Amino acid sequence: MSTVASTWLDSLLSGHELFPEHRAGCWVNGLRADALERAHALTLPTPRDEDWRFTDLSPLYRLAFRAPVAAGALDAASLAPFDVAEAPLRLTFVDGHFVPRLSRLAEAGGALVLPLAEALESHAELVRAHLGGCVANGGSAFAAINTAYLHDGLFLHAPRGVRVPPVHVLYVSTRADVAVSPRLLVIADAASELVLVEDYVAVHQDTYGVNVVAEVVAGPGARVRHMRLQHDSKNAFHIGTTGVRLDRDAQYGALAVAFGARISRLDLHLTQAGPGARCELDGLALLAGRQLADTHSFIDHAAADGSSRQEHRCIVDDGAHAVFNGRILVREGAQRTNSAQQSRNLLLSDKARVDAKPQLEIFADDVKCAHGATVGQLEAEEVFYLRSRGLSESAARAMLTYAFAAGLVNRIALPSVVARLRETLTARTGNTEIVR
Amino acid sequence: MSQSPGRELLHVDGLTATVAGKTILKGIDLTVRAGEVHAIMGPNGSGKSTLSKVLAGHPAYEVTGGGATFLGANLLDLEPEERARAGFFLSFQYPVEVPGVANGQFLRLVYNTVQGARGREELDPLEFDDFVRDKMKLLEMDPAFLDRSVNEGFSGGEKKRNEILQMALLEPSLAFLDETDSGLDIDALRVVAGGINALRSADNAVVLVTHYQRLLDYVVPDYVHVMEGGRLVKTGGRELALELERRGYDWVAQEARAA
Repeated sequence: MSTVASTWLDSLLSGHELFPEHRAGCWVNGLRADALERAHALTLPTPRDEDWRFTDLSPLYRLAFRAPVAAGALDAASLAPFDVAEAPLRLTFVDGHFVPRLSRLAEAGGALVLPLAEALESHAELVRAHLGGCVANGGSAFAAINTAYLHDGLFLHAPRGVRVPPVHVLYVSTRADVAVSPRLLVIADAASELVLVEDYVAVHQDTYGVNVVAEVVAGPGARVRHMRLQHDSKNAFHIGTTGVRLDRDAQYGALAVAFGARISRLDLHLTQAGPGARCELDGLALLAGRQLADTHSFIDHAAADGSSRQEHRCIVDDGAHAVFNGRILVREGAQRTNSAQQSRNLLLSDKARVDAKPQLEIFADDVKCAHGATVGQLEAEEVFYLRSRGLSESAARAMLTYAFAAGLVNRIALPSVVARLRETLTARTGNTEIVR
Repeated sequence: MSQSPGRELLHVDGLTATVAGKTILKGIDLTVRAGEVHAIMGPNGSGKSTLSKVLAGHPAYEVTGGGATFLGANLLDLEPEERARAGFFLSFQYPVEVPGVANGQFLRLVYNTVQGARGREELDPLEFDDFVRDKMKLLEMDPAFLDRSVNEGFSGGEKKRNEILQMALLEPSLAFLDETDSGLDIDALRVVAGGINALRSADNAVVLVTHYQRLLDYVVPDYVHVMEGGRLVKTGGRELALELERRGYDWVAQEARAA
C-alpha cells in the first residue's frame, strides 16, 4: 500500500469512533471491529491491480474526508427535482444521515421498509442472517471500510408473495469533504415483487465521497427491479459495490446510470444460484470533462437454465474516460444457459476514451452465449438521414446521441424516473428540440 | 404528362462523382420539369442509389465534375439540410431508426424546421397532431406510429410508408424515391403508390429509382431512364420499363457498348 493511500485510510477511519451507534452491546460492533481490522490489512487498489488498471484512485487517496457528523440543512422543496412520484415510500439520507422529515414512510403492503439502523435492533436475526451474504464484509478494502462504518441505510424485506410498492432511497449530499458509507440490504422472499430506486444526488458541485454496499437476495420466483442512479456532484468520488443472489426462477432487472462524479466505480456481482434465474442488466454512462466511470460486472451462472442479458452503453465527451469490464462465468453445471452481452460506446471527442472488455468463461457445453463490443462515432449514414429531412448537422448529432442513451432509459417502467433521466440526457446532449 | 412543359426543377449536366476514390457516376445528364414522373432503372451496382445520394448531398460522395442546379440555384453548393429546406426530398431505401425519439415528435420537429426555413407558419403539438393524422390517412397508417420511436421495430413496409409520410409533410418540389417498392407486399405497394400519386401536382415532380417495374404500374412514368455503369444509357417512355421487365438489362448494356 502506498503511503498516500494509507494516510487517506487513516484519516478516513479516524472518525470511526464518532458514530453514535457505538452503543455497548449491539451485535454489529463485532462486525465493525473485524471489518476495521480487515480495512487496515487489505491493500487499497492501484492501477497495478488488474481490476483497477484503468481507474487510478490516487486523486481520492490524496483527500482527507470528514466523518458525516450531522445532516446538513435542507428543505423539502429542494428535493422536488428528485421526487419519484410513483414511490409511496422514500427514505432520504442527507450527508449519510436519515432524515425522517424528508422521507415518506407509509404502509408497505406487508413488507418491511425502514432505516437499517433501526432494523439492526428490531430485526437483528434477519439482518444478521443476510448482511454480508452477497458482498463479503471483508472481501475488498472498500467493502471493509463500508462495514467498519456500518451505521445506516435501507432495510427492505418483502415476505413471501408480497408485492411491495416502489421504494425510493435518496442520498443527498449538501456538504463538501464528507465521506458517507451507505448500506442497503434487500431481501425478497419467494414470489415477492419489488421495485427499488437507489439514488445519489447533490445540491452542490464540491468534492465528497460515497462508498456504498448494496445487497439483494431474491428467493425462488421473486422479481426485483433495481434502478441505480448515480448523479453525484461532478467532483465527487463514488465507489459502489452491489451483490445480487438469485434463487430458482428469480428475476432481476436493473439499470445503473452514471451521470455524475469525478471518478465512479461500480462493482456488480450477480450470482444465479438456483436454476431458471433470469437477469437483465443495463448500464449507461454519460461522461464529459475529466470524468471517469468504471463498471466491473460479474455474472456468475452457477445453476442450469439461467439467462442473462446485459447491455452497457457509454457516451464519452471531452477528455472523459469510460471503462467496462463484463465478466460472465458459466459454471460446469449451468447447462442451457442463455447469455447475451452488448457493450456499445460512443465517442464524441478525439480525447475521449473507452476501455471495454467482455470476459467470458464457459465451462458448460450446452450454452448460448453472445457478446459484442463496439466503440465509435455516430454513423455518417444516420446523421445524413436526419440532415436530409432538413435538420442541421448539430441538431442531427444531438438527436442521435440522445437516442443512443434513450433507448435504454425507455425500458424503465417508472415515468417520473424516465422523465428525469431524459431531461438530463436532453440537456447534456444538446437535443433540446425533442423532449418526449 | 402535362401539355406544355413545366418549369425546370432539376438540371444535371455531366455529373461525375466518386466514393472512397472509386468513380461511380461517369457523366449524368438529366432534366426534370414540374409535373413529370421519371423512373431511373438499372441493375444493382449501376449507380442509381449513388445518384440520389449525391443529389441529396451525402458527405461520403465527392463530386468530381459537371454540375446540378435545382430551381435555378447551384444544388451542389448547398448542405444536405439546405437542399431539403429548398424542396429536395430523398426517400431512403433503408430509413434510419432513432430509438427513444417518438416518431410524432420527430415529424413535428422536421416539419417545423422546414416550415421555419421557408418562412411559413409552424404548428404547435395539438395543431400538428391533427395535421399529421390527416396525412397518415393517405397512407393508411395507424396513428399508433406517432408514439413509437422513429422507424424502430417498423417492418420494411411501415418504414416506407413513414418515408412517404415525411414527403407528404415536407411538400418537396422534387422527390427522389430510392427503391421505395422494395420490401413491400402488393397491398402495401398499392397504398404507398396511391400516396405518391396523391402528392403529385403540376408544380412538383417525382423520380422513382427502382430495380423493378412493378411500382411503375401504379405510378406511371413519363420518362424511363436506364442506368448502366454510372451513365444514363437509354431514355424512353413507359414502354421501355415493360421491355426491361421482359428482356432484362443486358441488351441495353450491349446496345450502349455498341453505340
